[in-house]
Amino acid sequence: MTARVLTAKVGLDGHDRGVKVVSRALRDAGVEVIYAGLRQTPEMVVEAAIQEDVDAIGVSLHSGAHMTLIPRILELLKQRNATDIVVFGGGIIPPDDAKELKKLGVVEIFGPGTSLQSIIDFVNSGFKAA
Amino acid sequence: MALRRKTAYEEWAARYRGGKPAPKDSAETMSGLPLQPLYTPDDMEGWNYDEKLGYPGEFPYTRGVYPSMYRGQPWTIRQFAGYGTAQETNRRYKFLLAQGQAGLSVAFDMPTLMGYDSDDPLGEGEVGHCGVAIDSLEDMETLFEGIRLDQITTSMTINSPAAILYAMYIAVAEKEGVSPEKLGGTLQNDILKEYIAQKEYIFPPEPSMRLVVDTIVFAARHMPRWNAVSISGYHIREAGSTATQELAFTLADGMAYVEASIKAGLTVDEFAPRLSFFFDSHIDFFEEIAKFRAARRLWARIMRDKYGARDPKSWMLRFHTQTAGVSLTRQQVENNVTRTAYEAMAAVLGGTNSLHTNSMDEVLSLPTERAAQIALRTQQVLAHETGVTNTIDPLGGSYFIEQLTDEMERGAQRYFDEIDALGGVLRCIENGFFQREIADAAFEFERKLEANERIIVGVNAYKDGESGDVPTLRIGPETEKGQVRRLKALRARRDNTSVSNRLEELQTAARGTDNLMPPLLACVKAYATEGEIMAALKEVFGVYREPILF
Repeated sequence: MTARVLTAKVGLDGHDRGVKVVSRALRDAGVEVIYAGLRQTPEMVVEAAIQEDVDAIGVSLHSGAHMTLIPRILELLKQRNATDIVVFGGGIIPPDDAKELKKLGVVEIFGPGTSLQSIIDFVNSGFKAA
Repeated sequence: MALRRKTAYEEWAARYRGGKPAPKDSAETMSGLPLQPLYTPDDMEGWNYDEKLGYPGEFPYTRGVYPSMYRGQPWTIRQFAGYGTAQETNRRYKFLLAQGQAGLSVAFDMPTLMGYDSDDPLGEGEVGHCGVAIDSLEDMETLFEGIRLDQITTSMTINSPAAILYAMYIAVAEKEGVSPEKLGGTLQNDILKEYIAQKEYIFPPEPSMRLVVDTIVFAARHMPRWNAVSISGYHIREAGSTATQELAFTLADGMAYVEASIKAGLTVDEFAPRLSFFFDSHIDFFEEIAKFRAARRLWARIMRDKYGARDPKSWMLRFHTQTAGVSLTRQQVENNVTRTAYEAMAAVLGGTNSLHTNSMDEVLSLPTERAAQIALRTQQVLAHETGVTNTIDPLGGSYFIEQLTDEMERGAQRYFDEIDALGGVLRCIENGFFQREIADAAFEFERKLEANERIIVGVNAYKDGESGDVPTLRIGPETEKGQVRRLKALRARRDNTSVSNRLEELQTAARGTDNLMPPLLACVKAYATEGEIMAALKEVFGVYREPILF
């Protein structure tokens, strides 16, 4: 079955190079990708994820707001009984914060220098952290 | 003579091809320009020194904009900094000035860049994180407390709300008793590259251009030492473009500002001397040097021949450079010091006028003080130990560099023609031309990396030796809370009737065609906040939504 993934830039920054490259690589690998675009609030992301019936949400942040916005996405998914939707992320996220986010339920954080293949493998494995 | 040289060349070529191990069939720059293994005088046929280079400080400025270049004065070390509150950043500035830095460069946080006050729900979790939070004139006063604004130059990296922060800076100086004509500095204020690459747009392109032109006109009339726009390729490159695209799109944006300013009634020589530029210095050493040299030559010709500028200052492309943030790796973070040093040297060999060197830890977070100091020292080693300041344009005349410079110029010209054919810069923004070109180049770069056609040390080769725990700068939630508290206190204390009157006057002016700087100055002096001013302007101008593509 083809995986469906919603990708989005959450927060105010406009660094969309990474999310676009990842979206394209996943699409080329046969994943159905919906890129929501810039400045998506947690509410917008969760709403779109449920509407689009995706398997996973991939969020990208470079502004430093990850410890506020990613936990809120997890919380909103809980509220909407949609915790079957996997959350993963990337961007400028310090290692300690990445650990903390994983404890909260984020499946994987892909930092700078991650190979595209490892993200494709992650999606194809059914979103299993390496 | 020529024949003998030819024979020698062929003998060399035969030895080269028969060499063991066999030489690589082909090589190209990071941007995909094909490279020969060797360049010789034969590559220079028809090349004319006076036409292509001339002398430093002379048309077409290929060798540098000043006659003495770094012999007279080294480039300005200008480290971009800002985090947390205005008070914390003020301390960092005083530290940097005490360390020998001559100019300041303000990094604002995301809510400030996007025109939101610190208490706006959309900015939650972002206050003070990737720059300093500025909500009102009060914060700006704190930011520059104890720093004489007529003794330094200040660069402000701000775009959509640039005119507001510009007004705040002028107002702070006035309070210090420094009049606007004494202020030197640069406003980034390059809205076109926001639509193209950095994506910190707010209003639609046309009203945005009007704001930019208003600041250009204001600076031309009142502030002879001020650069109203810093036309930026940096963000275009960081978003994934090639060097050629960076060069071409940046100069195309520059032409769009020139045309808009002329249309607003200025003559070209009234404002062109104060246009400044900002480029990336990436890791492909020679390509970058060629790009900087080609940029100066192209701009000089464009200004003189296309726009009829007469003042030589209008022909000079002066630029700031920042080393490439995207070239830094999370793996083996210390290697980033080396990358940055090479990139800095390329910028200097390319004749940059000022330079920011990135800190090794910026791939993880804002820089720690220690990492910021190493970055600063990298420039000082370059300036004082390596000898690069002794001879102007030391690579000028290199068969290779001159060919590469010519190639860069031709590549840019092809893009200028294409952009013209597509209807100009604004059309190319609306139809996603730039965004598509950049996304394609970014993807191609990743593909090469993935296929090991490009090596990045520590990422896809030489992976042993991971850095241990790297200390990172952390911004605690107390920054946001304190900022919100101060903002609320200001709103309670100021004359709110005056604020709403000034905002209404601003809206009236925005509906007409008058220059918006005087009403903006009145707003900031009444302590209207940035968010309030932007909200007032959004009611008149509307907001922009970009075409989504990847």
